[in-house]
Amino acid sequence: MEQLEKEQLTYSSLSFGEVELNETISGDQLKTLAANLGNYGIEIIESPKSILVQKIKDTIIEMIYMDEKLPTIKISDYLSEKLNYSYGYLSNLFVEATYTSIENFIIFQKINKAKELITTNEFTITEIAYRLNYSSTAHLCNQFKNETGITPTTFQRIINKRRNPEEVE
Amino acid sequence: MNNGQMHILLADDDEDDRLFFREAFDEIKINTKVETVNDGVELMDYLTRPDITLPHILFLDLNMPRKNGMDCLRELKRIDYLKDIAVVIYSTSASDVDIEETFVQGANVYLKKPNDFNTLRKTLEAVITTNWQYQTSGLNRDNFILSL
Repeated sequence: MEQLEKEQLTYSSLSFGEVELNETISGDQLKTLAANLGNYGIEIIESPKSILVQKIKDTIIEMIYMDEKLPTIKISDYLSEKLNYSYGYLSNLFVEATYTSIENFIIFQKINKAKELITTNEFTITEIAYRLNYSSTAHLCNQFKNETGITPTTFQRIINKRRNPEEVE
Repeated sequence: MNNGQMHILLADDDEDDRLFFREAFDEIKINTKVETVNDGVELMDYLTRPDITLPHILFLDLNMPRKNGMDCLRELKRIDYLKDIAVVIYSTSASDVDIEETFVQGANVYLKKPNDFNTLRKTLEAVITTNWQYQTSGLNRDNFILSL
């Protein structure tokens, strides 16, 4: 918002943290804006297809991060219901735009949520597996190791050592 | 990765490894710009030059003359404008102790140098894609830990 005001642009906020500009923008302005927003990890989305891809990502992230426990409904059903497209269409579009599948993106986000929960040091791996709908602790550990190359326990040890360099276990 | 170029820097004293590294990126469909330096001293000199664009990702060989990768890593993490660069340890050794220590010191990825070119290309692509996810999805960079 600050960056938009800096460029003296008027805007309206939409859902999903989207912003719509109320005026047309010059090529130079767009470039400056893109560069400035890039510093915040914000991308400017121009085509309707990339907007849809962003909505797929947002829906998944929302699902994984909003509630304490992941709903048990299949994410593919949830996506196509919420965005009103067949899952096949969404899935192809996603691969085209991101070079990765929706399934991989979901796993990536779930493991990331697991990492966040681990770093709080408040939950056991079993509790985390339950929250993220893994059928077992072993299933979570395997997927964690596949994604990151290390086990949840090693991950936890690394993060704790980074925080307290003096403590020796 | 639709817009802009990803800047990649490699510090490695082995000429063949630098060559393979460049060639691998030539074959990856992601738009990248690869720079290389020959050891740790050159690396730190390069990164403090005012005329360069800082890399998005730094690949760091552990075993280098003059200043080794571990010392570079520690130094980088103490400099404010350098500490957020994603660091990939790129090494021939892969003992669990080495790996864990580099992560504790703040490395994001530990990549054991693959023996064949195809694997190299694939793993480099995986590193770049994961880094991109962290760059664009507003995820906590502290949790970016990957061992390949």
